[in-house]
Amino acid sequence: MSSLSTTTAADAVPAVRVHELSRAFGTLQAIDNVSFSVAPGEIFGLVGPDGAGKTTLMRMLAGVLAPDHGRIELDGIDVQHQSEQAKRHLSYMPQRFGLYEDLTVAENIFFYGELFSVATSDRRTRSETLLHAAGLTDFRHRRAGQLSGGMKQKLGLICALIHTPRVLLLDEPTTGVDPVSRRDFWAILYQLREQGVTIVLSTAYMDEAERCTRLALVHGGRIRQCDTPARLKAAMPGSLLELVAADPRAIHGALRHQPGVLGSLLMGDRVHVRVDNATRRMPQLNNFLGEQGLDIQGMEQVEPGIEDVFVALLDEEAPA
Amino acid sequence: MFERLYVMLMKEFIELKRDHWALFRLTVPLLIQMLVFGYAATFTVHHVRTAVLDLDHSQASRALVSHFAASPNFAIVDQPDTPATITRDIDQNKAVIALVIHAGFGRKLGNGTRAPLQVIVDGTNSNTALIALGYVNQIVAQFSVAQPQSPAMIAPTVTPAAFVTLQERPWYNEGLDERWFFIPGVIGTLTLMQVVSLTAFAIVREREVGTLEQIMVSPIRPFEFILGKTMPFFLIGLADIGLVVSFGLLWFHVPFVGNPWILLLGASLFLFAALGMGLLLSTFSQTQQQAFALNFFFVNPFFILSGFAFPIASMPKALQWFTVINPLRYFLVIIRAVFLKGVGLEVLWPQLLALAVLALGMLTASTLRFRKSLD
Repeated sequence: MSSLSTTTAADAVPAVRVHELSRAFGTLQAIDNVSFSVAPGEIFGLVGPDGAGKTTLMRMLAGVLAPDHGRIELDGIDVQHQSEQAKRHLSYMPQRFGLYEDLTVAENIFFYGELFSVATSDRRTRSETLLHAAGLTDFRHRRAGQLSGGMKQKLGLICALIHTPRVLLLDEPTTGVDPVSRRDFWAILYQLREQGVTIVLSTAYMDEAERCTRLALVHGGRIRQCDTPARLKAAMPGSLLELVAADPRAIHGALRHQPGVLGSLLMGDRVHVRVDNATRRMPQLNNFLGEQGLDIQGMEQVEPGIEDVFVALLDEEAPA
Repeated sequence: MFERLYVMLMKEFIELKRDHWALFRLTVPLLIQMLVFGYAATFTVHHVRTAVLDLDHSQASRALVSHFAASPNFAIVDQPDTPATITRDIDQNKAVIALVIHAGFGRKLGNGTRAPLQVIVDGTNSNTALIALGYVNQIVAQFSVAQPQSPAMIAPTVTPAAFVTLQERPWYNEGLDERWFFIPGVIGTLTLMQVVSLTAFAIVREREVGTLEQIMVSPIRPFEFILGKTMPFFLIGLADIGLVVSFGLLWFHVPFVGNPWILLLGASLFLFAALGMGLLLSTFSQTQQQAFALNFFFVNPFFILSGFAFPIASMPKALQWFTVINPLRYFLVIIRAVFLKGVGLEVLWPQLLALAVLALGMLTASTLRFRKSLD
């Protein structure tokens, strides 16, 4: 029902509106006063380390976990009090989608289609399209229990999409999924977005985070920052130097406490060093490394990735 | 709603069909347990291992021993010469009962005075001991009658005319065949155990695998899910009852004099209560392991406190109160009555009503708790 022409959160009825949401488990405040809105057609990413509260937030959005405080609206429908209505327009895919392993691929799709009262002809055409997009057409008579991990996740996505939801909630959908399946997966997500489906997903993969239209950085049950990936990167304090070295661990250790260094992050054979001023600090760090006898193959200023932004955020909060 | 219920049922039956061992698991253990119960569950005591110490060596003492030797209830396993050996036999469980015939037994009998016979019995298994002592009394009484020269043994000083004579005629089970009593009870007990655990495990499994949460984000209502999940077990339970009832009739020849429709009604209410119990257990368990432990915790007391073998009237008051919420208690009355007595609704309505109330209560409680347990 929401118009697709409206793309900004300001003038549209938000597809998802979360207002002052909290939930505790015993003494642990899993979600602490979280508010955000997602516009129709967005791919909204929740990024954060394990235990940040992403899954708790997702389960509340899906209506399977009741919040202690706050409210959630999907297309203006209150998830808690009008759950029957909300469920019709919602699809939730947890980290491990619940498939019936003794049923075949086609039977699982049939089952979830019937649960959502999808008309038979719609279900047929839709499942054909989705099976094809997921590369599962040849496996339709295989038992779900005999699929690979990536295939299972894709089948889960098909089951979750069989009823054409308006809002799709994906909790770490590609964790443990091979790169080919991940590509299929994202191709389906982009198609959905074109059809106007709003997607909220949580992920621990930074490359996936970059694909989202907007990101919320979640840590300790709170949303620390929420913006487009580009603006989040632009807003990162300081600038980023990338050093390539034979022994990145030694460089990482040596530079951490140098003046002007705000933070340092190991990335494979590279070290990302965040400094207050790139032009001023590059010669200084070069000299220092020379004095210490630490070889580097190169040092250049680079654009930060989402991971850098996230680590910077955590550094700023708890200076070493 | 019917399409959702229909698809739930369809899924259940496909899963059942794919499970090649299901038919085996649902029938063979029942039949085997039925056989075991049918043959092994008996209070009759046969071949009690007996040690005899004859210190008299008289004609009378030998005659007494031969009475015991001839009885199918006793098996003489040892005839030692010293009292110490008797003690050893009992200690080492070689003998359960020992007869000691002291010197002078025969002489006293001949004199017409009272001749004592010492009986030592291993009271560890009090039930066997009690029953064996009963047999000893019978044999000794027969023996005494057979001693013409010793009226003092049995004849009290009152005149025979004043004797009360007992004429026994047990109703409904004239042969007092214990199997007739046990088999119907076994049917109820086994069905309860099977249906409660099947239901609890099946729902907890969906929770474990994650399909429960998946279903709950669909527009399905909790009671549709519960109905779809429990109806197959209701049918399985009915089929199982039919199977074991037929087995009891055809194999053990237990009579069935009552109205099968009353049994069906009772069985249906009983199954609803059992399904409610299983569902209730499932709401307290996150994993199948927890469900197993809970099942173990509940099912045995329900069995013991049902009147299956131990009379409820002999239990302490507190436990008697507990039996009020035990569906098996009511079903056992119903199934025994239908099998053996042939009484109808006019007699069994209190039990049927109690089962209906219990079933309604358990299903309501478990459905309410089920909603909460989804968090």
